[in-house]
Amino acid sequence: MGLYLRPRTIEEAVAALADSRFVVLAGGTDFYPARVGRALDENVVDITAVGALRGIHQDGDVWRIGATTTWRDVLDAPLPPLFDGLKLAAREVGGAQIQNAATVAGNLCNASPAADSVPVLMALDARLELRSAAGTRMLPIADFIRGNRRTAARPDELVSAILVPQRSARAATHFLKLGARRYLVISIAMAAGVIEADTAGRIVAAHIAIGACSEVAQRLPGLEQALLGRYLSDSQDAVEPQHFSALRPIDDVRASAAYRRDGAMTLTRRLLQELAARLVESHRDTA
Amino acid sequence: MTPPDAGARQNAAIDGDAAVRFIVNGRPAAVAASPLTRLAQVLRDDLGLTGTKIGCDAGDCGACTVLLDGRQVCACLTPMGQVEGRSVETVEGLRQDGTLSKLQQAFLAHGAAQCGICTPGMLMSASDLLRRTARPSRAEVLDAIGGTLCRCTGYQKIIDAVLAAATSAGVDSPPVGQAVGARAIRVDGIAKVAGTESYGADAIPHDALWLRVVRSPHAHARFALGDLEAVRRAHPGLEQILTARDVPFNGFGIYPDIKDQPVLADGIVRYRGEAVLALVGTREVVMRLADEVLPIVWTMLPPITGVDEARAPGAALVQDDRPGNLLMEGGVRCGDVEAALANAEAVAEIAVETPFVEHAYIEPEAGWARRVGDRLEIHVTTQTPYMDRDEVASVMRLKPQQVRIVPTACGGGFGGKLDLSVQPLVALAAWRLGRPVACIYTRPESMAATTKRHPARIQARFAATVGERLTACDVDAVFDTGAYASWGPTVANRVPVHAMGPYRVPNMRSRGAAYFTHNPPSGAFRGFGVPQAAIAHEAAMDALAEQLGVDRLEFRHRNALRVGDRTATGQVLHHSAGLAACLEALRPRWRDSLRHVAAFNAQARKAATHRRRGIGIGCMWYGIGNTSMSNPSTMRVGLGRDGTLTLYNGAVDIGQGSNTIMIQIAADALGLPMAQFRLVAGDTDRTADAGKTSASRQTFVSGKAAELAGADLRRQILRLANAGTNAALALDAAVLTVSDGETVRRIDLAALAADPDGNVLVGKGTFDPPTTPLDADGQGVPYATYAFAAQTAEVEVDLELGTTKVLRIVAAHDVGRAINPMQVEGQIEGGIAQGLGLALMEEYLPGRTENLHDYLIPTAGDMPLIETILIEDGEPLGPSGAKGVGEPGLVPTAPAILGAIAHATGVRLTRVPVLPHRLRAALQAKPGDRP
Repeated sequence: MGLYLRPRTIEEAVAALADSRFVVLAGGTDFYPARVGRALDENVVDITAVGALRGIHQDGDVWRIGATTTWRDVLDAPLPPLFDGLKLAAREVGGAQIQNAATVAGNLCNASPAADSVPVLMALDARLELRSAAGTRMLPIADFIRGNRRTAARPDELVSAILVPQRSARAATHFLKLGARRYLVISIAMAAGVIEADTAGRIVAAHIAIGACSEVAQRLPGLEQALLGRYLSDSQDAVEPQHFSALRPIDDVRASAAYRRDGAMTLTRRLLQELAARLVESHRDTA
Repeated sequence: MTPPDAGARQNAAIDGDAAVRFIVNGRPAAVAASPLTRLAQVLRDDLGLTGTKIGCDAGDCGACTVLLDGRQVCACLTPMGQVEGRSVETVEGLRQDGTLSKLQQAFLAHGAAQCGICTPGMLMSASDLLRRTARPSRAEVLDAIGGTLCRCTGYQKIIDAVLAAATSAGVDSPPVGQAVGARAIRVDGIAKVAGTESYGADAIPHDALWLRVVRSPHAHARFALGDLEAVRRAHPGLEQILTARDVPFNGFGIYPDIKDQPVLADGIVRYRGEAVLALVGTREVVMRLADEVLPIVWTMLPPITGVDEARAPGAALVQDDRPGNLLMEGGVRCGDVEAALANAEAVAEIAVETPFVEHAYIEPEAGWARRVGDRLEIHVTTQTPYMDRDEVASVMRLKPQQVRIVPTACGGGFGGKLDLSVQPLVALAAWRLGRPVACIYTRPESMAATTKRHPARIQARFAATVGERLTACDVDAVFDTGAYASWGPTVANRVPVHAMGPYRVPNMRSRGAAYFTHNPPSGAFRGFGVPQAAIAHEAAMDALAEQLGVDRLEFRHRNALRVGDRTATGQVLHHSAGLAACLEALRPRWRDSLRHVAAFNAQARKAATHRRRGIGIGCMWYGIGNTSMSNPSTMRVGLGRDGTLTLYNGAVDIGQGSNTIMIQIAADALGLPMAQFRLVAGDTDRTADAGKTSASRQTFVSGKAAELAGADLRRQILRLANAGTNAALALDAAVLTVSDGETVRRIDLAALAADPDGNVLVGKGTFDPPTTPLDADGQGVPYATYAFAAQTAEVEVDLELGTTKVLRIVAAHDVGRAINPMQVEGQIEGGIAQGLGLALMEEYLPGRTENLHDYLIPTAGDMPLIETILIEDGEPLGPSGAKGVGEPGLVPTAPAILGAIAHATGVRLTRVPVLPHRLRAALQAKPGDRP
């Protein structure tokens, strides 16, 4: 039987992690499935009693999603449209039971190629705050997730928050998930995006990310570049196959690699169509 | 300590600071448990709250759903450390002062619980919603229960029950003489909705030792065992390590002459997941002991991974005494197929490929055994207590009478619990150790080790000629039966009989063959190969209709088997062949849907959108009971000296509802209300053999036996009272009143002599459906009666993504007579869910999909709206004319969906499941209008 610590403060938590034999536990929705029929004998730091780690707050020009914030918290929180995509992702994570327990940060730390949170947060330019006894550092998500189930977090580090920069009220976000069934399904492909347009309906910022089509979700810089300056109405026409060439989808039990690549393009077109519709709508409202 | 429930166990003691204190169902509890222990385990093992079920321990099924501070969570993912100071609500807390909640009552009234294993979790998921939203929308209900899997119901009645919870009223038990045909609630329903039903893992004695099976990680390997005794000595609490050498007769199997599967492998393993060793000791020790610690030296061998390799010339043999890796073949021949094909106006050629399909019952295999003198008593989740008894006796070299099987409630079977699982292992250990021994499979173990639906390759040619008449059918079906025979012979026999579909086909040649491979044993799964074959014959019907330019429904109607027709085995159908009636019932809806679909697609083309709709149709027939083999059932109804009326029912209710309908049938045959019946179910010491719960046979065969038993008891009572056949009976405590016109006679039962069971009169009924053996050409009477059905499916396909959403299914089933229409609908809806899974998502790959997140079964959100139409073309042999419906619900669904996809897209897929990437690839390969 291992040790089990349930600290009340971040300081206590990181102090414990300074002893690198600990596994961090929050919602448990990845921890237990990896241990079916096996003894539970690791040393564990359960961070769910650290009150300071829970919740979503605006702090200047940054939104701070605490490490133990659950998907349910995201759904229940009154958040600006910037988080529409994240809320859509929240509704697609597992079923209601999982949404009630699982944390957004835990989804990142698990670093599954099919993690539902990653494309949205990548598109939002989110960074992670990592705390340790040695101090605090920030990492963009793309630098944090290093591969399939691999992150840049040192054993003594705790992901304490996800930081999402505030954007103009003209930004819209969206998320699309493709799976072989409704509820409780691991993604075949995902697309997430943030688009901002000027009053003339020209795109001034575009962040598009694709999940489950490479070891780590990826932004599509070529497409983002191609979208800049385009009118919302023809944003879909910017999508070209070469924008997806950096993806490295795999064949597995859920889908073929070719299908994933093809599906990613389709999802991206639909994502842009929806974002354009939404921005046109909101411009009309504000006009 | 403060137990949260009267049934709480004493070992949930407070242990100073180590105790976790929390509230359970409104009352304080304290449990000494490691903070990492799953809440599910503590609720069940420490607090005795076994209403919370464990289906996967991985958050994939939702069976363990409880409310934590009012929100639904999976108790299997909740560490006890996080429960400290919080409030937990379980199914046991829903009933207040013995009164069921409105939601529980709605579940009963709507027939929302079948096997009941998902019911507690489903109730808690719904409770979370209903407390926030008293009158939710359908979409809200789906969101609330979407994370809780059900494998029996198809979710329709669950959704209906949740939607009706606010207004639900109780349902009265049907009055005397009106039980048959009534939408009676389940006789075992209250226990299922209250969480008190006891399944395989729910009533294991506290002092039981635990057994864990060590399984092969390889599909094919030799192995040598090192010093196991040293391992045992090194692990205090490990009592024994059982090997093949410890098994008295190390072979079992369904057929009396094929005992080819070892209880524990003897030096060679033939599939991944095969049992190698059994560790017996304390639960803690056997669960902690890692496989890597055990001295097993593996020599890996090349596996035969499919039938192509198995059939290749010079292929290595999976079993040494099986030349060509052939298990067996069967076939039917009649007429002159070649001549008919040569003269045909239209010929359809179809090639079908289906994968392994997993039963995915939410209750993993579980049970326990104890030795009682020179007898063994086994409490286990099973579909077939008498076969289990005889198999365990054979393995243990005991007499069958020395083995008692006490079936627990069965949390889903679908054919998967017709084979032995834990039974011989716990029996062997309990026999040797003289102590109770229990075993519960983990989900991955259940999926890796137990049987699957046979993967099939089917080549079919169907021909039609002038007048749109079918003239010939030539079908060759090849099955992967895996490493051991199991039910392979049944599949290889049943499929050739059914291969022509429910149609008149004068010239037929069909062959079914099953081959051994190094895959998991293929066994029985709802339909015994017929669902696979139906994909072929229905694709052929669509193709012929198209070639001949006739409507798909009308083509089937023209060729439907009717009373007076002769099947390919030469059997003349004398009664109850209602396919034409099913199609006639569907016809107006079919025509409406064709119009709606055409309008939708015209609009979609005009708007250049990527969605298309289509409608498809599937028909089926299904022989009820064993193929050309005796399969009798015996039922008894006892009238006790104290006035208790007991049905001794050996037919195991695996959720389909046989407990209820047996009583409905017996009650009307006897002339007393079903509410007065008590049930003794399954126990081989107390009930007579009612055969297996398989082959859709219990309503027809055991139901008939129950009818005869009720009638027999009635005859005895009337004789005793010297009353006429129309006399009315009334039972009030120990006084039986027989009223025959003006004459009223009261019989004081207490004054009569009783048998050891306390019964003064016992009615008995036995029924064995009349069949004849099939000759070398497959000619004979394989089944006494057949079920018929037709279903239509409407789908919407996303052409760009290749995804398919089934919007609506209309199911018309000829069931002879619906003894309980609510339960019949439940069987059909549940069958449709499994058919939808077969068509669109289910594919078991050994070593890759051994859990319920890589192996997908439909959730509530995948289900279409379902309309059921019951056709009652009575079968004179059956009880009140009833046939069977257990398997038929599933058979037409996949063909209907595949036909609908073809209608929507112009692409006919005959390889299932139609995963999005397969459909998309087919759409891209389609010549012409590329999507």
